[in-house]
This record gives sequence, C-alpha cells and structure tokens, in this order.
Amino acid sequence: MGVEITLKADGTEHRIAVDPRTTLLDALREHLGIYSPKKGCDHGQCGACTILLDGVRVNSCLALAAAHDGAEIITAEGLTADGELHPMQRSFIEHDALQCGYCTPGQVVSAVGMLAEAEAGWPSHVTRDVSAGEMPLTDEEIRERMSGNLCRCGAYANILPAIRGAADGGGLR
Amino acid sequence: MKPFRYDRAEDISGAVATLAREPAGVFLAGGTNLVDLMKLDVVKPDVLVDVRRLTSAEIEDLPDGGLRIGAAVTNSELAADRRIRSRYPALSQALLSGASGQLRNLATTGGNLLQRTRCAYFYDTTTPCNKREPGSGCSALEGYNKEHAILGASRHCVATHPSDMAVAMTALDAMVRIHGPRGQRQIPITELYRLPGQEPQHDTNLEHAELITGVDLPPSAFSPNSRYRKVRERASYAFALVSVAAALEVRDGVVHDVRLALGGVAHRPWRAEKAEDALRGKPAVQQSFRAAAAAELAGAAPLRDNAYKVPLARNVMIRTLLELSGER
Repeated sequence: MGVEITLKADGTEHRIAVDPRTTLLDALREHLGIYSPKKGCDHGQCGACTILLDGVRVNSCLALAAAHDGAEIITAEGLTADGELHPMQRSFIEHDALQCGYCTPGQVVSAVGMLAEAEAGWPSHVTRDVSAGEMPLTDEEIRERMSGNLCRCGAYANILPAIRGAADGGGLR
Repeated sequence: MKPFRYDRAEDISGAVATLAREPAGVFLAGGTNLVDLMKLDVVKPDVLVDVRRLTSAEIEDLPDGGLRIGAAVTNSELAADRRIRSRYPALSQALLSGASGQLRNLATTGGNLLQRTRCAYFYDTTTPCNKREPGSGCSALEGYNKEHAILGASRHCVATHPSDMAVAMTALDAMVRIHGPRGQRQIPITELYRLPGQEPQHDTNLEHAELITGVDLPPSAFSPNSRYRKVRERASYAFALVSVAAALEVRDGVVHDVRLALGGVAHRPWRAEKAEDALRGKPAVQQSFRAAAAAELAGAAPLRDNAYKVPLARNVMIRTLLELSGER
C-alpha cells in the first residue's frame, strides 16, 4: 500500500508513492536516484546518511518518508551550486579529510548543519556554562558536535582542520 | 520490517480515537528509537499513528513562572532554549549529553520520555526477554549485565531506563500532560514510570492510546543551581552507566532544599528521596553528601557485572552536590 508524498530534494520537487516502511534514506536512494547519503549502519549510529531536513541535520535512515510529506531536503550533492563546490566540500579536499570517502557526504552535510547550530548559539555537551550567551567554537566543541559521524578510516585528524578551515573562512551559506 | 498502515490524524483527539481502535498500533513522533526497533523486529505494530505535527512544538511561559514544553519540541530546541538554559540548566545539560546532534534534531520531548531500554537482550530477538516477550525469561539476570540495574529491579527484568532528559525532569519535579480516550490528565513524572515487578513489558503507567502532549516544569527558586553529570564509556554519544541530576539550595551553609535523581541505575529514572531527606537541614559539606548517597544506595542489589555502579553512583552524587554547593 503506497503513501503519496512530495519531497523537494536538492532543489527539485518529486511526487512519489512509497511503502510506509520506506525511510527518507531509501526514498532518496531507491526512488529519486540521489546516492550521496550513504547507508552505513542503517540504525542511526554512524551518520553516513546525514541530510539537511527542512534546514537541520538528521539521520535519514531513521526518518520515515511518509511522515515527512512536503519536506525540503539537501544532500551533499545539493550543497553544490552551479557546479561550484560548497566551501565545506572544498575544505575537505584541501585538507585531505577522507580516505575511503564513504562517510564523507554525511560528514560534510553534518558539518554544514553543525556550524549553523553553533552560529545560532546552541550550546553543546562540552560548553562550560550552558546559560552563557556565546561559546567559542573550539576544536573540543567541533569534536563533540561531530560525534554523530563516524569514520572507520580514522580520518578525524584531517576532518577537524577541514571543518575548522571552512568555519574560519566564512561564507558558508 | 513487518508491514504496517501509516495513519495521520487531523488532531490529537482523532489520533487518540484512531489508536484506541487499534490494539496493535502505536504513536509515531520523531521515530529515532521506534523505527530502529521496527527494523529489528523488536516492535511490530500494525498501525503507526503519526502525532509529530499534532502536538505543540512550542515552549510557553506559564503564569506561575514555570514552562510548558510541547511534546513535539525537539531535543535540540529544548536544550538550546534560553529559558531552559538559565532556569533549568540540568535539563539542557542532560539533553546535550544524549545521542548525537542529528538524533537530537529528530527526537521529540514526548518520544524521548517513551524510548525503550537499550538492554542488549531486549534488542536481540534470538534470546529470551520478559520485556519483549512476556514470560520468556530474563537473559540479563545471569548473563551479561554490566549496564543493568542496581536499584528496584526484579527477577523478571533488570533493564535500565536510557533517557538522560527524563532524569533531569525527575529531579525538576516535571508534570507530564496526557490526552487519552477518557480525557486529559497530568501526573508527576515519577508516576509515569514503573518498576519492572512481574510485568516488565510495561515501561510506564500510560494506558493504550494515551498520548503525552507536553511536560510542565514548575517554577523553582533553586533550579538555576542545577546540574546533570553523566558517566559513560566514551566521551560522547553513549548511554549513561550512571548519571546524576541535582538541584541544591544552600542557606548559611546548610542544605535548605535539594532535588536528586539518578540515571542508569534502575528501570525508571530514580528519584533519590532517601538522600534528599538525609540532606535537608544538614551542613552542605562532603560528609553530609557522602552520608546521603550511602542512605540512598543502602538498598542497592548489584548483579555479577555491575557492582561498580554502587561506588560510581555514590561518587557522582557527592561530586555533583559539591559542585552545586560551590566546593570543587
């Protein structure tokens, strides 16, 4: 039994009928041919499937597509505008922030979402005083805020400077 | 995943009425735990009634100075709210210590309260588990039980409640707002949860088709002096082995009032009333905190692998109270 939904994915609107069991991850990959969100664990543990859902980063493997009718989705490939890589994507390349690359689209999207959260003044677990108005985006803050994205190759040593570089470079929106 | 029907009601009453007719149905909010449990065939509903867009996603000021949190407020939004951060910092800290940024953006307040235990045997459908399959037995009792309960467990179930948020809410005297087939009611969060007893399949005292619509935080003069401290096996993105939520008011060196709750030690967030009673009127010094923690843990019954939780809970309680009293 199909549920009819509309998804605006990477700028294009799609009307599709999905089995209620379909996650947003499977809808993107199996119905819309958008392959940048990766199925790593499929249980919300690895972050390889991270997308921006109505502007915030989420694990697309745990969101049922039927429950997100009308949603606007940005994936790693949708961050690219007119063939120009997003500053975060450029920074990952410049800092060699990947080895096998499987987790990279999720890392990049998560980092973009994470910086928006930090800019909005959201605290994190390592923020000393959650009632403070501002918190500097230290390396410790970036590590904590990116803990939902695992890299089995262990490229963290370059992922952190890549995100730091993009954050310091500005112009991320 | 077993096939199911997806249903989206017009409003809360419609959702409740729909689910009341579906004995094997469940409500869906953010889905971060439920969808995972369905993928693993641990939970196999016939119908999902989606309530995420029906309950409030707002945090409202109450006339008495408290706050009303809509059930659909995400864990991220709740943790970042300025009023929560300044008036109930333990709640913000608890939320921020749970899950990951991506999960907190999907997970809701109502759903967080109703997440299921992370006991490995509950998740493993090849092993007996009284919570998953009543009457099948408890594999953790004689099995791998490092993460399990030291307080309030039964021989039928030694699982712990996994929420960080609920531990802070337990210390903060939160009231849970419920809309059910027979109308609306509110209960203290301490009455939402159950001990496992002989029926560990029931995590809460909610009846079928009762929906959590929100949580009220009462005003408190001393909740700004509250803190959540969590001990886990990784620096981030792991469930608590033991956690403590506490709020403390000291006047002239004496404990005037205190709220204390423990996570990771029982089937429900554990309000430490014995410790609270032992502390009121006592000097706000380490010796009093140690005696209070000992009073609370006197009834602890550790299993083969989790005896470490007794001194850990004691020390985390003492440390958290010391910090709140201004000692380091």
